[in-house]
Amino acid sequence: MQSKPSIISSIGMTLSDIGAIVRRNLMRFKRTPEIVIFSSIQPLMFLLLFNFVFGGAISASSGGSYINFLLPGIMAQTALFSTLQTPIALVADLDKGAIDRFRSLPMSRVAVLAGRTFADAIRMSFIVFLMFIFGTILGFRYQAGGGKLVAALALVVFFGYAFSWLTATLGLYIRNAEAVQTAGFLFVFPLTFASSAFVPVSTMPQWLQVFARNQPVTQLINGVRALMLGGPTDAVWITIAWAIGLLAVFVPLAIYKFDKTV
Amino acid sequence: MKNTNEAVIVVKKLKKYFGDVKALDGIDLHVDKGKIYGLLGPNGAGKTTVVRALATLLVPDSGTATINGIDVCEHPTQVRRMIGLAGQFAAVDDFLTGRETLMMVARLYHVPKAEAKKRTEDLLKRLNLEEAADRVAKTYSGGMRRRLDLGASLVGRPEVLFLDEPTTGLDPRTRQELWQLIRELVAEGRTLLLTTQYLEEADALCDYISIIDRGKVVKAGTTASLKASLGRDVVEVIVAESHHAQALEIIQKVAACKATVDEMNQAISVRAAKGADMLIKVVSALEKANIKPRDLSVHRPSLDDVFLAVTGKKTRPQAQKTKTSRGKK
Repeated sequence: MQSKPSIISSIGMTLSDIGAIVRRNLMRFKRTPEIVIFSSIQPLMFLLLFNFVFGGAISASSGGSYINFLLPGIMAQTALFSTLQTPIALVADLDKGAIDRFRSLPMSRVAVLAGRTFADAIRMSFIVFLMFIFGTILGFRYQAGGGKLVAALALVVFFGYAFSWLTATLGLYIRNAEAVQTAGFLFVFPLTFASSAFVPVSTMPQWLQVFARNQPVTQLINGVRALMLGGPTDAVWITIAWAIGLLAVFVPLAIYKFDKTV
Repeated sequence: MKNTNEAVIVVKKLKKYFGDVKALDGIDLHVDKGKIYGLLGPNGAGKTTVVRALATLLVPDSGTATINGIDVCEHPTQVRRMIGLAGQFAAVDDFLTGRETLMMVARLYHVPKAEAKKRTEDLLKRLNLEEAADRVAKTYSGGMRRRLDLGASLVGRPEVLFLDEPTTGLDPRTRQELWQLIRELVAEGRTLLLTTQYLEEADALCDYISIIDRGKVVKAGTTASLKASLGRDVVEVIVAESHHAQALEIIQKVAACKATVDEMNQAISVRAAKGADMLIKVVSALEKANIKPRDLSVHRPSLDDVFLAVTGKKTRPQAQKTKTSRGKK
């Protein structure tokens, strides 16, 4: 009686469903601009604080421009912090019954999660780009071509996007907005601060260097630095591998948990 | 053509436990095409869990549920094409306008764009939301939110509608309007399952009622037969504890039926076709025996009375519903 839809038309439907959910989530940003404004002010504050509080000391000891060193770190931190919004919005949709409605519709199973993470990635791109603009105003000068600049921004957003599947999974398991934010900080703080974001890793104690050198956020920052300031681009490929690894683990895990969530 | 007595929703021995809580403890339902079926029960009785299982939102532990013969667990996507759900919490997005909400849901039902626009405009008109169509739902009143939520459940033109406590928290006038709308929807041939805590609502809308308590159907039947079996009015008498046994005996003799006694306040109640007449008889009989009632009342049977009559106990206030049906699992 019911014929199976062809693969092409079911992919088309999935994309259309994701599009509808992305549009919905972007409308939320548009109608509640406070969300975007405050999540832009926070990284801007970090940028200003680090530049003006630590900048003098670090420039003096290394002799280089601190803002050139700092901005790639701030961009990575911005992306990571913004992934903490993903589970909060997801938990709110679960609690308010929006997801009940979506699940009672004959729509694609992955659309709610994909629509969430895509919309959040669009916001993330906007804020990361904004940080690049502010960094440039503060004296950052990129030393590579326009193509590499776009690649650098894309690398930050791609890694951030992959990381948002980790925080989404966390949100589905914890299912409490306050708890998930606190739990998220436990991941995001060590990853951004015990990294090459703000100070050279070589100034850290030996045991911490082992972690800081090898963790993915350092790779991301080094990759962005290589693309914007020049230098070997090994870290770019390592970052891409990390992002693919995160997606490979957390996309199925999030979908599995989402299906089981009542 | 399908004949009008065809069963649309068939539920057999449905069970769902949340830890120790038996949300569903072997529920059976049989809903015919074009009828309104009411699930009546207090908070935590399992009404919402039944709806969630039928709407493919949770997987039962055992038992089966089919809609038009299609199993909700085995073919959820096919079932979702036939159903519309309007939840208790009016799940409309605060940040979308009425028009955007209906368009979004229509798109998620994969209705082509031109058709989606047409349906959206029709529904806005029908639900009396035309003027508010371009305002965000945050600015809507409770009644408007319910209507929009109902509209969202209708854009896919479902044959089967689930309404989970559609009028809880609404004022009487808004409730009447919603009832009228619900009657119209069913007159167009839809089948409707609704849950309610109000006997009055079940009485006003439903063709059949199942009374549910602790995950079980405690009584089921047509609305008329259920009301007949309950008698029309309830006469309730409270006397001093020292006279309780004697009063109980007198009242049962006068009413010529068994009285029920509320565990909480020891109120003795009997049902009668004409409550006022029965009250006078009871009072004069008690007076003869020199018993002064502390409190007297006559009222139409409420959900409490139905429960008292059917289960022999009062409805219990329970807060576990939200936990059992929407909590994490």
